Amino acid sequence: MDILITGLLLGGTYALIAMGLNLQYGVARIMNLANGELLVAGGFGAFFFYTSGQVSPFLTIFLVAPAAFGVSWVIYRIMLRPLVNRAKSRGQLETDSILATFGLSFVGVGLMLAAFGGDYFNYSYLARPITLAGDTFALNRVASFLAAVVICGLLYLWLNRTRAGLSIRAIAVSPDSARLVGIDVPRMAAIAFALGGAVTAVGGALISTYLTLDASAGVIFTLKALIIVIMGGVGDVRGTIVAALFLGVVETLVASLIDPGLTLAAAYALFILVLLFRPQGLFGKTPT
Amino acid sequence: MKRRTILTTAAAAALALSGLTTTAHAADPIKIGAVAAKTGPLAGGTAVTHWPNIRLWAHQINERGGLMVDGEKRMVEIIEYDDQTNPGETIKAVQRLATQDEADFIVAPYGTGLNIASAPIFARYGYPHIAVSAITDQIPDLAKKFPNMFFTLGNTSALAADAVGILAQMRDEGKMGNKIAMVNVADAFGIELAAAARPMFEEAGFEIVYDTSYPLGTQDLSPVVKGAKAAEPDAFVAWSYPPDTFGLTEQAMIEELPVKAYYTAVATPFPAFGGRFGAAAEGILGAGGVNPDSAAFQDYAAAHEAVTGNKPDFWASATTYASLQILEQAIEAVGVDRAAVSAHLKEATFDTVLGPISFDENNSNNAFWTVGQWQDGVFQGVASRNRDGAKPVRLKDGWK
Amino acid sequence: MSSVEIRNLILTAIALGVCILLPMADSGYWLSIGLSIAMFTVLATSWALFSGPTHYISLATAAFFGVGTYTTGLGFETLPFWSLVALAGMFGALMAALVGLATLRLSGVYFVIFTLGLAELVRQVITWAQNQSGQKGLYVLTDITEAMIYWMLIALAAAVYLTGWLIGRSRLGFALRIIGDDETVAAHSGINTARAKVLLFMVPGAVAAMTGAILAPRYVYIEPSLAFTPMLSFQVVIMALLGGTGRLWGPLAGVVPFTLLWESISSNFPNQTTLLLGLSFLLIVYALPRGFVGLLDRLRQRVTGGVS
Repeated sequence: MDILITGLLLGGTYALIAMGLNLQYGVARIMNLANGELLVAGGFGAFFFYTSGQVSPFLTIFLVAPAAFGVSWVIYRIMLRPLVNRAKSRGQLETDSILATFGLSFVGVGLMLAAFGGDYFNYSYLARPITLAGDTFALNRVASFLAAVVICGLLYLWLNRTRAGLSIRAIAVSPDSARLVGIDVPRMAAIAFALGGAVTAVGGALISTYLTLDASAGVIFTLKALIIVIMGGVGDVRGTIVAALFLGVVETLVASLIDPGLTLAAAYALFILVLLFRPQGLFGKTPT
Repeated sequence: MKRRTILTTAAAAALALSGLTTTAHAADPIKIGAVAAKTGPLAGGTAVTHWPNIRLWAHQINERGGLMVDGEKRMVEIIEYDDQTNPGETIKAVQRLATQDEADFIVAPYGTGLNIASAPIFARYGYPHIAVSAITDQIPDLAKKFPNMFFTLGNTSALAADAVGILAQMRDEGKMGNKIAMVNVADAFGIELAAAARPMFEEAGFEIVYDTSYPLGTQDLSPVVKGAKAAEPDAFVAWSYPPDTFGLTEQAMIEELPVKAYYTAVATPFPAFGGRFGAAAEGILGAGGVNPDSAAFQDYAAAHEAVTGNKPDFWASATTYASLQILEQAIEAVGVDRAAVSAHLKEATFDTVLGPISFDENNSNNAFWTVGQWQDGVFQGVASRNRDGAKPVRLKDGWK
Repeated sequence: MSSVEIRNLILTAIALGVCILLPMADSGYWLSIGLSIAMFTVLATSWALFSGPTHYISLATAAFFGVGTYTTGLGFETLPFWSLVALAGMFGALMAALVGLATLRLSGVYFVIFTLGLAELVRQVITWAQNQSGQKGLYVLTDITEAMIYWMLIALAAAVYLTGWLIGRSRLGFALRIIGDDETVAAHSGINTARAKVLLFMVPGAVAAMTGAILAPRYVYIEPSLAFTPMLSFQVVIMALLGGTGRLWGPLAGVVPFTLLWESISSNFPNQTTLLLGLSFLLIVYALPRGFVGLLDRLRQRVTGGVS
């Protein structure tokens, strides 16, 4: 039970890391390698407001989200649209976006370094024990797990209950057909990309309450997010959530029962197995 | 190169324009090269420990008019490079400093791996290499191969042995039992320390009830802390790196890990550690330490904060600064001849912020701090090799 | 062999000869730049041998490279150095074959992420094994100089070019070109696409592992985070794509300017290195969509009046 809850809490963290990338990759077709930098920037926002004004990170997210949405929107319109337009095939867009966002991630690290130095930024927020089912857990992890549940829930409802969400899902399945039925694909793709950025930055703000970040830490989160998104199946919110929770539980199981030294190895082995036997991801549709 | 040419040209033009013909002889600055991570995994550590000290030192030297070399004052000019925590880049940057910038001296890089990777280049061009953050048990071998390489921060076995020693002392005084939980980060430094400590604990009669490693970059350390807690140890020892030092301690605090002694390695002496954990940090043991009551350290800490805006850490910061003081005193003693400086380093004793430092036949400084403890908001040295001012160790009394 | 081919062969031999002389001219700074160029030429060219025709982007370079450095790190005290390089090549090829058999049916981005995951997996397993065995840090203290490392890399580069040239002339190369154009057509015309791809994937695997083995004495101290740095995989991809993967010499056209650019940024802007490197990546992606080879082809077309 203890292991399960710990694993789910970790899974919540992973969902926060990966959810934004799923929107960006699934809908806008941009494999955003600068995702982790935005996450760290969100974490820095939370750190800054907490240390300078004692503002709770759970309030800061309402500032971080629109800011990240705006930044991501601009990035998509200015930098990534031209790539989408010039790409002759899906493969070329993937190559170009890998290269462009890799450059972007360098720029992100460089800007953050210039803005707030290379130091670790960490602070203590809600680092109190809370008892669930007879075991103790960190309150900040539980709180951000709940926030992750709310965010994922809202996203799911939005995608499945609104017209905009329907358009987005249509684009994820088939951009060309979406265009035929009168969906403004470029605009919706930009919205999806920006929304993905906002979710990632919010995730960063929440994660910073219990993880120690620094300007160069983004790449670790990008790698994890990529793996979760691919494992879950591209363009499916449920898949990402399931993959994130699954990974959290497996890592915790391995750490508690076998050897903590093998947690990451287990995660990658799991990922590789999923790819071998279900290359389209846990929830992905078979590619046509 | 270009930038410097442009600068010089601009400066020359400015001089010509203002009609100044320099008759007064101004000595050239001494060029000091510095390469270390500004980005990459080690950047978080260099931002606390490495770069601020180089800036502080250059600032202080230039403020007092420079270094006295052969009867004239010469300012120092620092040339900085970012190695991106990549050994290939470190090697290239040291090459560049030696052959292109023609630096007079080069400050050692940051990190064991990067120091050792660049050692052959220091050796080839005859630069004295006063390594700070290179903690290894290979000092005699390395010093034999690279005769200009000096070690200031101590070796792996001493760090491990003194941590074991402190715990053994607490147990022998009847303050705690003999069950140890030991974890380590699965990276070179952690692996090396754990491998050194394991037999030492057994020899000292401890029972290791929990012994595991976790990968670098683990995002949830609660299974590790819970596993350790379940083994009911009397003391918890983690050979850890900065992010996990913070992560483990936060989990231990949440679990209220009931141990009499709690030890984490790198980053425990960071001011940010005390800042983050406040009262919960009280009684936490860590690698390193200083004598914070000494007047020299207090002056240094005040200057560090005034010049760089941040407090120094309670371990490698002062040692980094001391390594620069050693270089400074050697230059003032024998001039900018690198071979003479290296020879001088082997013979002389230097008066530093840590107290006197000299190098033995293995080019190793034998006076260094090994274990410290957060006591009343300050990280006090509690065990050392040949250093005065160690405070008595305290029990870890709860997490509030 | 046509006269053009003979001419190219002679030119290549002369170029290699000139490269060999570099350590005589300068044993310091320029040698270390030359060494970087040689290392990335080997890695990027072998990478492009596989990725050019198949369009698979592999981020596994760091995995093979790391295995190579560990081969030297663990074996240099017991075995002669040359045998370690050969051994590393075999490990790399074997690993690539296994990976290839398992994964080459994955397409596009799945393969990209898989290879990235592979590097991390190998690194985690090696780290864990090192921890279990209580093995301390690996110190490769040898008498091998930078010039020797440089020469070995040049020799390896020559071998890579020769391999690439031979593949281009062989049935395998022909098969690969068809696969690259249209895999379905290739399969229908009786080409064993899986076998061809696996065979080809073994080339960058073996070469990257050998490069790692050769470079280990230069790093002296081997630790997982340095040997398996994911940055290496990305650098190789960027350089190869910057040059262009359509020609054998394409990656070289990317490696040389990129290494020099990287060097001039790191030496002139120590505090903004990362930022400026990022900006130059972006510039490359937007200004040179098909790499230098594409640029040259365009120029040539313009000169010859657009005959294509």
